[in-house]
Amino acid sequence: MAYSDKVIDHYENPRNVGTLDKNDPNVGTGLVGAPACGDVMRLQIRFSDDGVIEDAKFKTFGCGSAIASSSLVTEWVKGKTIEEALVIKNTQVAEELALPPVKIHCSVLAEDAIKAAIADYKRKKGTTAAKTEAAPHAPEKSQPQKSQTV
Amino acid sequence: MNLTAVKTPIYMDYHSTTPVDPRVLDAMLPYFKEDFGNAASRSHVFGWRADEAVEKARGQIGDLIGASGKEIVFTSGATESDNLAIKGAAEFYREKGNHLVTLKTEHKAVLDPMTRLERMGFEVTYLSVKKDGLIDLTELEAALTPKTILASVMLANNEIGVIQPLKEIGALCRKKGVLFHSDAVQGIGKIPFDVDDMNVDLASLTAHKIYGPKGVGALYVRRKPRIRLAAQMDGGGHERGMRSGTLNVPLIVGFGKAAEICKAEMESEATRVGALRDRLEDKLMRSLELTEINGSIAHRLPGNLNISFAYVEGEAMMMAIKDVAVSSGSACTSASLEPSYVLRALGVEEELAHSSIRFGLGRFTTQAEVDYVADLVIEKVKKLREMSPLYEMAREGIDLKSIQWAEAH
Repeated sequence: MAYSDKVIDHYENPRNVGTLDKNDPNVGTGLVGAPACGDVMRLQIRFSDDGVIEDAKFKTFGCGSAIASSSLVTEWVKGKTIEEALVIKNTQVAEELALPPVKIHCSVLAEDAIKAAIADYKRKKGTTAAKTEAAPHAPEKSQPQKSQTV
Repeated sequence: MNLTAVKTPIYMDYHSTTPVDPRVLDAMLPYFKEDFGNAASRSHVFGWRADEAVEKARGQIGDLIGASGKEIVFTSGATESDNLAIKGAAEFYREKGNHLVTLKTEHKAVLDPMTRLERMGFEVTYLSVKKDGLIDLTELEAALTPKTILASVMLANNEIGVIQPLKEIGALCRKKGVLFHSDAVQGIGKIPFDVDDMNVDLASLTAHKIYGPKGVGALYVRRKPRIRLAAQMDGGGHERGMRSGTLNVPLIVGFGKAAEICKAEMESEATRVGALRDRLEDKLMRSLELTEINGSIAHRLPGNLNISFAYVEGEAMMMAIKDVAVSSGSACTSASLEPSYVLRALGVEEELAHSSIRFGLGRFTTQAEVDYVADLVIEKVKKLREMSPLYEMAREGIDLKSIQWAEAH
């Protein structure tokens, strides 16, 4: 199967590979997929105090399309608010990378990873608020998790 | 990186197919041009020449496997040979019983005909293999019943290269009065294979795995005692009525020549290719941690190395070494999204099956290529591990099994 130029570019020059401190209260970590399925994506996003994504890092165990999908979304989420990041859809990822049908699940995983990372961040903020009882706004309830986060 | 100039792309997928040996091609060419006759034409010299060439090829192929040329039935390839052997025997010997035995690690060209027979009312026992991929002879013996028509066990596995003890299997089948079929495709020409010594009744062969052309195969059908088959292709009654259809003379000539070369050079080639495989294996195993060889180390084809690099997904690995042609047991290389059923049958965990790479070395592999590939693989495995969340977690001491992963594939 031939890969699109964009997949090859992201695979060979992956953007934002790395690790953020998962214990940082401003960092949300999403870990989705499963080793048995051959795809595990970890997306970490760090929010500024005013709720804008200022950094994103990923590590992915998976095929070239999975690596490219996660690399792409790290670029896309930067500078976005939670609401803006949550509207990123797998179809946009698939379209941008010209993924064939058999690789659509890679883009689904990338969307899941964004949602999981944001949910983790919200949960942390919720926990902090509950502890200090000083949060200015009531934290939004975490969305039901599709996948495990650590 | 090795500085020796090697020409890319490098072919290390010899289990998949092989290039036609130039000597084979030379032998074939006249039969496309001046000697184009139909081997079934009895009335003129064009036919006689074609027939002579076919008979010579039968003899060459027979010689390679310890058979007579008269026992060779030409087909379009090993898939057809497997189908003819299994379905043909099941249909012909239906009165004897309704049971067949095979291994879970067989090629799909054996497993799928078995499945079809099941739908037609036959019963099939699919034997498990041991952790090293070898058959459990006790289980085989227990599986053979008076109702068993045929047992089918491959000579060597296409993914892990594991060589089954055909002599012992053949002896058991003979003792129990069960026909013994072997898909010998991966082993012939590379390791000794003798139908009499191993009591094989039916053997599937193909030319393109032994440096012959694609599109031609053969089924060895024992004559003493005579094995009967129901033809799966009806027509002009060619090939003793077992496989109708005009013979493809140039391809058959190429098959014969390829068999002749294999017989003459097998021993020296096996030594040379085996040494190259060991060199590749040593380099990889010495430089990379968390790496496992799949299948028996001792009973393995000389050119096979099937290896799992933990925490690195196979297709990503293949993309990283895209100038090297290899294959992987990763689901990402198949439409089904399931990892290799062969590795799963050995008890290899799914994640390690996804991380497997099959290197296949052969006649034209050079030491410079091996060194280049070894260095490249080592570099890329390290790079991909740096990108792997699983590798990072494992290094932090997190037990990956303790995590509740998503269930859907």
